[in-house]
Amino acid sequence: MSLISTLARLEAVDSGRAQPLATVRHRHLTGSPLVLVPLTTAGEAGAPLGALVGTDRAAPRLLVVAQPRDRDLRFAFLAELAEAVLPHIEAYADAVEPAERTEVDPETGKKVKVEVELCSDAAQLIVPGRAGIDFVRLLGRSMRFRRTAEDDPDTPYPAPARVPLLGRWLTHYGERARVPGSSLLLAATDLLNRHWATGQSSLEDQHLGALLAWVDPPDGESGAVAALRAELERDRAGQLVCPPAGPATDPAFDNRLLAPAIERYDRARTALAAAEDGLDADTRLGELSDAEREIRSLLAAVMLPTWDAVWRGLDLLRELPEGARAEDRWTRDRWSFTGHRDRVRAGEPPQPRRDDAVTAAQKLASRETAQAQLEAQEALDDPLVLAGRRLAGEAFLGEVTEVEMAYSESKRPSPRPLVTVRTDERPHLGERTKVYRSLDGRPQTAEFVRYAAGSAHAEPGDTVHLVLRITDRMGRSKEPAPGSVPEPGDRIAWTLFEHDQRGGPKLPDPEDTPWTHGGPPGAAVAGGGPAEQPDPVTAEDIL
Amino acid sequence: MRTLRQRLAELRGPSVAPHPLDARALAALAANPGCKRRALLDGAGVDKAVLATALGSPAAFGQSQFAFVRGNAFEAKVKADGGTELLRLLVERLGGGTEAPAAAVVPDLTAAGPEGRAARTALALREATAAGGWALLDHPMLALEVAGSPAYLEPDAVVVHPDGTWTVVEIKSFPMVDGSADASKVGAAARQSAVYVLALERIAAVTEGARVGHRVLLVCPKDFSNLPTASVVDVRKQRAVTDRQLTRLTRVEDIAAALPEGTTFDPGCSPEALGTAVEAVPAAYAPECLAACELAFHCRAKSRAEGAVESLGRSVRGELGGLTTVAGVLAAAAGKEGDPADPTVAALRRAAALRAEALAGVSGGVPCH
Amino acid sequence: MTAVTDPGTAAARATDAILEDTLRGTARGIVVDSPPGAGKSTLVVRAALELASAGRPLMVVAQTNAQVDDLVVRLAEKAPGLPVGRLHSSDSDPYDKVLDGLDNVRKSAKAADLAGLDIVISTAAKWAHVKNVEPWGHAIVDEAYQMRSDALLAVAGLFERALFVGDPGQLDPFSIVGADQWAGLSYDPSASAVSTLLAHNPELPQHRLPVSWRLPASAAPLVSQAFYPYTPFRSGTDHGDRRLSFGVPSDGSGPDRVLDEAAESGWGLLELPARHTPRTDPEAVRAVALVVRRLLDRGGAATSERGPGPVPVTADRVAVGTAHRDQAAAVRAALAELGVTGVAVDTANRLQGREFDVTVVLHPLSGRPDATAFHLETGRLCVLASRHRHACVVVCREGVADLLDEHPSTEPVQLGVTVKFPDGWEANHAVLAHLAEHRVHWAP
Repeated sequence: MSLISTLARLEAVDSGRAQPLATVRHRHLTGSPLVLVPLTTAGEAGAPLGALVGTDRAAPRLLVVAQPRDRDLRFAFLAELAEAVLPHIEAYADAVEPAERTEVDPETGKKVKVEVELCSDAAQLIVPGRAGIDFVRLLGRSMRFRRTAEDDPDTPYPAPARVPLLGRWLTHYGERARVPGSSLLLAATDLLNRHWATGQSSLEDQHLGALLAWVDPPDGESGAVAALRAELERDRAGQLVCPPAGPATDPAFDNRLLAPAIERYDRARTALAAAEDGLDADTRLGELSDAEREIRSLLAAVMLPTWDAVWRGLDLLRELPEGARAEDRWTRDRWSFTGHRDRVRAGEPPQPRRDDAVTAAQKLASRETAQAQLEAQEALDDPLVLAGRRLAGEAFLGEVTEVEMAYSESKRPSPRPLVTVRTDERPHLGERTKVYRSLDGRPQTAEFVRYAAGSAHAEPGDTVHLVLRITDRMGRSKEPAPGSVPEPGDRIAWTLFEHDQRGGPKLPDPEDTPWTHGGPPGAAVAGGGPAEQPDPVTAEDIL
Repeated sequence: MRTLRQRLAELRGPSVAPHPLDARALAALAANPGCKRRALLDGAGVDKAVLATALGSPAAFGQSQFAFVRGNAFEAKVKADGGTELLRLLVERLGGGTEAPAAAVVPDLTAAGPEGRAARTALALREATAAGGWALLDHPMLALEVAGSPAYLEPDAVVVHPDGTWTVVEIKSFPMVDGSADASKVGAAARQSAVYVLALERIAAVTEGARVGHRVLLVCPKDFSNLPTASVVDVRKQRAVTDRQLTRLTRVEDIAAALPEGTTFDPGCSPEALGTAVEAVPAAYAPECLAACELAFHCRAKSRAEGAVESLGRSVRGELGGLTTVAGVLAAAAGKEGDPADPTVAALRRAAALRAEALAGVSGGVPCH
Repeated sequence: MTAVTDPGTAAARATDAILEDTLRGTARGIVVDSPPGAGKSTLVVRAALELASAGRPLMVVAQTNAQVDDLVVRLAEKAPGLPVGRLHSSDSDPYDKVLDGLDNVRKSAKAADLAGLDIVISTAAKWAHVKNVEPWGHAIVDEAYQMRSDALLAVAGLFERALFVGDPGQLDPFSIVGADQWAGLSYDPSASAVSTLLAHNPELPQHRLPVSWRLPASAAPLVSQAFYPYTPFRSGTDHGDRRLSFGVPSDGSGPDRVLDEAAESGWGLLELPARHTPRTDPEAVRAVALVVRRLLDRGGAATSERGPGPVPVTADRVAVGTAHRDQAAAVRAALAELGVTGVAVDTANRLQGREFDVTVVLHPLSGRPDATAFHLETGRLCVLASRHRHACVVVCREGVADLLDEHPSTEPVQLGVTVKFPDGWEANHAVLAHLAEHRVHWAP
């Protein structure tokens, strides 16, 4: 943890409420995010128990699996989830704007501009916590290889029609969530933790209720007290007043409330099956729906507090103005969304179980680029983030005291003005270290030349004078373009990190994977055979 | 002179039986080896859950019956048919190209009491090793001396290979999806298995022709099915760490010696007396304790009340040098305390100034735009 | 087979076997593990020259521009007439100006301009951008353990066969984002190039350079045992072959006493009183600077197998190693205050591959309240403890052994990932136990 955010945590302890870590919102929030609060069955990773889902905070859709071990009920749940999620996604998939993309012409090998569609917005999905993101990924994995009766009439347990498609989308969202700065799928806890420091540890910050208690404590109560209640307080029946945000449930809930309710449901089902006549069956059916209703209300009761908490978190975040460059990252999310839409429409197979060597390397490279870009953009958008970089010696703020015109030593000399900057900061500058400032939203480069006389042995905190040489963005003529050279009196923030990121080299196509990496993927057949094969199903699958 | 055993019995309470330590508890010794409180209480066999409840900060650990039922059902499935499927997986992953045996000897390990079962297990291991065939020991009982007292451990299974290698088998109900599993759960399983390996090594040392494999077999459900799949986990590191921590447990003698005469954790005592006794042993609370120690909520409350910076996370201390309290750090940052020549103090003041400047929106707002 | 007692013979045999496989073998790849100072650069240069003289065009992949320039200079020293191409980036100042003085070195940012030269050298990053060229028959990949698997993926299409050379004990490559989802895959892009290569081609011949010419007899056994437990190596020199002496006797201060201890035994631990400190612990930083100052003031002189008489240990033969950049900066400032210039002060990452007579190390765990994975990383300590030809002085706060014992061990375990040995925790204990025998307490 950086010292500046440690300090924020300590201030939070001292003041009894969370302290800001940002002055703007660094993640884009759409006008209508889809909130998903899932629950899973303990010990059966991936067996869903229930969910609240929707875009209207006043009207969540409740989905429940009354007996998680029953495949038909699970499929019904997933079909209903598809019905709740896919129309939302598809509405965005159909609203497009024209855009240009650079592609490599396969025949000439040259880069050409191609006119393509770009979705004008993308569907945003919010879950309560990181475990929710993992669960989205797991649901995606479990569904995308399922076969429907239409895919294969002989498949033993056909999945409902839209379930594999939902699996592909959830897989895409889960994978995109690993890209730094992406906002397609977000956890409410991550969003809040990015913007506020609480007076507790980052482990405790994973508890959405406790986190909100610090960020927005009830009137007259300190965050610490409210967080403790959120964590531990139980009612007289021994149930947590603030249930866990899922997907895991509290064992006391499972053992004391849910298990007996499921037992009743099972008994009612058995009884219904054994009903001897229509009248008897009606009574039994009534008992069954009562039992089911009870499970629904139990699950609704433990999910609703989380549902409300997610929306409250979003309200708090919306109070912050969005950072200027968050939109740029959201545009990348829209490209990602559009790209997946296009792959689905083109009839491509579902994402493979494991990435091949080239795909893995490409993903890693693009995420590293995204990470560096995110760090730079957040610092440029937010003086509080920049303050952390300044403290670390990766940026500095200084006042221009002198500008001396100079030129490059070449046949056509270009302007290379020397700018003296006064600062009391101590950036990690070495000879010819490059520094950047933002000029009309784009970076201008300078290089460190020397410390001005008398600055070499300054004590920490003393003012020093640095000489920088501006090296670009001054136009083509001998005289620099107006406004392109700093002037005495300007206060400028310089960064030692680049503002934009260059993309990495182009990797070989997967079919050209070199021998060092096992050759082309199809060549070495791994144990499981081709990736597109569905999972073998057995009578007792949990999902 | 009292022996350590007597001294620990006094600490526990004269009429209180020692709380048995299982492999999970022993593995957890490595979770916070700097904590003297935990070392002493575990070494003395004090039931920390009972103690925590008596202190008014009960632990929040519990297991859902769904998970419990599922775990048992899966283990039974893995071991069905005399362990045929289990042996097939083991030979496939660890057999080095040999054929899976048609059947293995499954010795009867029933005996009276843990001591009897442990003796029976040792005998079965000896016989199986001498016989030179495959044997599957279902829920054997292993004894391991911990701070002068035996702890009894029950691995899911141990397999004896024809060449005399003993392999620990750990059966867990979390899934392996596409060959990978939750790394923190695998880590916990590896640490638990390492304890079994250590206990087995004690028996192997006195068994002709035996050696204990440092690669254990982890069996889990495959993907979303209840079909078993397995992976080999190399536990050499975990074994080395646990071995060292068990050796270090002898220092409970020194910890106990430093306590005031008459200190006891007898659950029959008043909460106040217990509180005093607990406070007499220094703890090293960190938020990670919440997932690993029954006493964590009690220690957290104390740590927070003292304003210890560790209550915010171990990493917080890294840049704070000699400053250990929230108030001390804030006073240094505010310029009220501390030597400005101390780099920690200087950095804190600078951090505070930069933070305040950014929050106040001075310095021309956002100059980077 | 009789045991080889002469290190020179043992090393020569290893080198011959490597060159035999390289020039006449049929395997597509050859892996050579080279412990610190075992003559890796010499091997690379020799293999390059032999391939060139056999008329086989060669590309060389190194990891940093400094490594590339260094290799170019070494090649030019050995074979001034050999046409060598230095492929460089299009940034400003892309290569060392020294290369401009070498007649047979052609420099270009375009691979096509260098076509036909016997040897073309560049960084992995630059090679990755080279497309649409006829593949080279041979490649040498230097510092292959510090190269990431994805970097190899980007360049492996450029060559048919390759010699991979590197030191498995130094710092592993890393990524700035999580790569757990690929953990356990043979081609995990964040793993080292060698681990991917060997996972897919386990049959490739693997060699090892068995002798460290840099590390003295006092250091090789410790470094070998602590960091290379399964692939031991030894020192090329014997006890007594190297001597460090001072013209000025000790003044009895801590720095002088630890220098005498290090001159005598090859190791010295200057232990300051236990205290939790910030990273730039002013007392420890000043102690490091004082040790350097006294080393130079006392007229340190080194005698070795390289020459008949003692050679003065001048500032350029001394290095200070730290874990963090701000520590290096603080030591530089402290040295400047004491009027010392010309001593290399850098982090472990930047000292990799370099060699000095005497090194002074600020222990990564000194004064820390806790150990972290970063500070425990085996490679970091290995680099710091293996840069010297004569002696290494470690400056450290007391209490590191307890710190190690109290380090929580709850690491997650990824299925399918080969456990890396030695463990940083154990290696740290081993080094500390050895240093304890050469301890000088000092309260500044």
